[in-house]
Amino acid sequence: MPEVKKKSGKKPMTRNEEDIDITSYQYEGAESGLMQDLTQLDEQERKQLLMAGVDVSGKDRSGTFLQMDHSSVHCSTCIPGVEVLNIHQALDKYDGLKDYYWQAVDPDKDKYTRAVADKTHGGYFIRTQKGAKVVNPVQSCLFIKGEKVGQNVHNIIIVEEDSELHIITGCAVSHQVESALHMGISEIYIKRGGKLSFTMVHNWGEEVHVRPRTVGIVEENGVFLNNYILLKPVRSAQLYPTLYLNGKGAVATSNSVIAAPPGSYINSGSRVVLNAPDTRAEIVARTITTGGTIINPGHLVGNAVPSKGHLECKGLILQDGIIHAIPELEASVAGVELSHEAAVGKVAQEEIEYLMARGLDEDEATSTIVRGFLNVDIMGLPQELQEAIDQTIQEAGDEMF
Amino acid sequence: MLQIEDLHVNIGQTKVLRGVNLEIDRNETFILFGPNGSGKTTLLMALMGFGGYEITQGKIIFRGEDITNMPVHERAKLGIGMSFQRPPTIHGLKTRHLVQMCAGGEDVDVEAMAREVDLEKFLDRDINSGFSGGEIKRSELLQLMAQKPKLLLFDEPESGVDLENMKLIGKMVRHLLQQDLQPREDMSMKEQKAQRDSSGLIITHTGYILDYINADRGMVMYNGALCCSARPRDILDHISEYGYEECVRCLR
Repeated sequence: MPEVKKKSGKKPMTRNEEDIDITSYQYEGAESGLMQDLTQLDEQERKQLLMAGVDVSGKDRSGTFLQMDHSSVHCSTCIPGVEVLNIHQALDKYDGLKDYYWQAVDPDKDKYTRAVADKTHGGYFIRTQKGAKVVNPVQSCLFIKGEKVGQNVHNIIIVEEDSELHIITGCAVSHQVESALHMGISEIYIKRGGKLSFTMVHNWGEEVHVRPRTVGIVEENGVFLNNYILLKPVRSAQLYPTLYLNGKGAVATSNSVIAAPPGSYINSGSRVVLNAPDTRAEIVARTITTGGTIINPGHLVGNAVPSKGHLECKGLILQDGIIHAIPELEASVAGVELSHEAAVGKVAQEEIEYLMARGLDEDEATSTIVRGFLNVDIMGLPQELQEAIDQTIQEAGDEMF
Repeated sequence: MLQIEDLHVNIGQTKVLRGVNLEIDRNETFILFGPNGSGKTTLLMALMGFGGYEITQGKIIFRGEDITNMPVHERAKLGIGMSFQRPPTIHGLKTRHLVQMCAGGEDVDVEAMAREVDLEKFLDRDINSGFSGGEIKRSELLQLMAQKPKLLLFDEPESGVDLENMKLIGKMVRHLLQQDLQPREDMSMKEQKAQRDSSGLIITHTGYILDYINADRGMVMYNGALCCSARPRDILDHISEYGYEECVRCLR
């Protein structure tokens, strides 16, 4: 009925998420042997990894893990306080990891978790020793090299009591790959007084679908800093890490910086559940589209007092594209303090003119502001990774605007 | 240096400036007085060329060039520099980086300049983020020191500033206007003076800034027009004694 259509005006434009036929990908046949040394990778692959935050030389890293297509090809640690294994080794060594394996994520959550439960190609197991302060980050990379590869990984991180760990996990595809599917389960356990910074940098390709499923559980006085950076094209990414603060005084921060070029469909958010007194959480998302679609949910749940949480989502639409920010606050007891601020729009004219008054032309002023917007200083990363990411932002920026 | 001829400026539908004529010579510092809402800030914004300030009549000539319709950054490049009263915060843009950009590719010693305005600790902070009134003024001055404008536009240097900051700000404005000449080995002060090339247009309510700079001439803006050209001190004394009412009578 044309009449009705007219009255309703323009419909909400949010493109629906594509349903992925997971059977159309290959889950066997892309196996490779162990790699002693990541410098064996070719130049282009190394570059792809570097853009995802992974340094193949392993310099200033406490350990390195590499999953290539269907095989865990490299696994090493250089210091005593932390253990890095592939998940199959860890399951053998630790009697099936009964307290951890599939204890945070439900294998029947959706078809992707089910697929990983049915067939797991690999993934990492990283565990600190009690009280160990691991200064240099452990780096891990989940790399796809073969066309039409479906990669199923399961990762487990255990930060033991009073220990400290930094993880950089980069995900990338080789240049040749046009189409692939990555499904990744991550279960993260932070024990009493443990501290983890977990930074995930995605560098996928235009026809790659990505379905990470992440749950973190934080005990008393534990600290979880979760960072996500996606500045490169991806066909679709759908992730919604959920962090449970189950111990008194636990703290979580979840930062994401996301850019969506035309053709990208990104549904990325985070949820933090405050289940104990004196817990605090902050979710900060900065999103930018130059033509792609970004759905950015954020959900804070307060179930204990005193507890405090703040949610911030800021989005910039540079020319075309869609940003759909969905901030949610949910409290089940009196005294919970939750707040949010959300804004979606364009670069402020006032800011552009301020810089123009200093001699920058309009384009220079806009790109300066956009780069600042995407800046990841808040993430508290090691200097060298910060520089690599600044470089990525610079390059992504040059491509996008 | 600057000639403004019969300038009419609208903000939206409202006529704010109604025929402003003003000339500022090279090395002249001009002080603009006037009650709130008279159009002083609008004049500075129109001179800088900001959107929302529509010039409906008249023209602006700067160093012989008609800049009436020139974009903001070109005016800045020609040598007009403005200190903002309420500059925006730009997330992720470090003060240091902005100061470097103000220099327009020229190599400047940002640290040394920041030391002069006591802002070294702010260089790695996001520009204007959580800055106090005095810090904003000093940061604006720092940017202008790198920009080296030939015409300095300054809207109320004393607003939101304590006495100690006022002294520093006064000293730096004097420096930007190149009024702080010192005897030098290689050049007499007279020669130095001949090389000076810096004018100022400063808005003030309190006149505190006059304690630090040599102001040559002043006028009062009232209801979008200028009147009462005189020595700034005399205007200030007059206003503080009789208010703006007497100026209005002059206009009639």
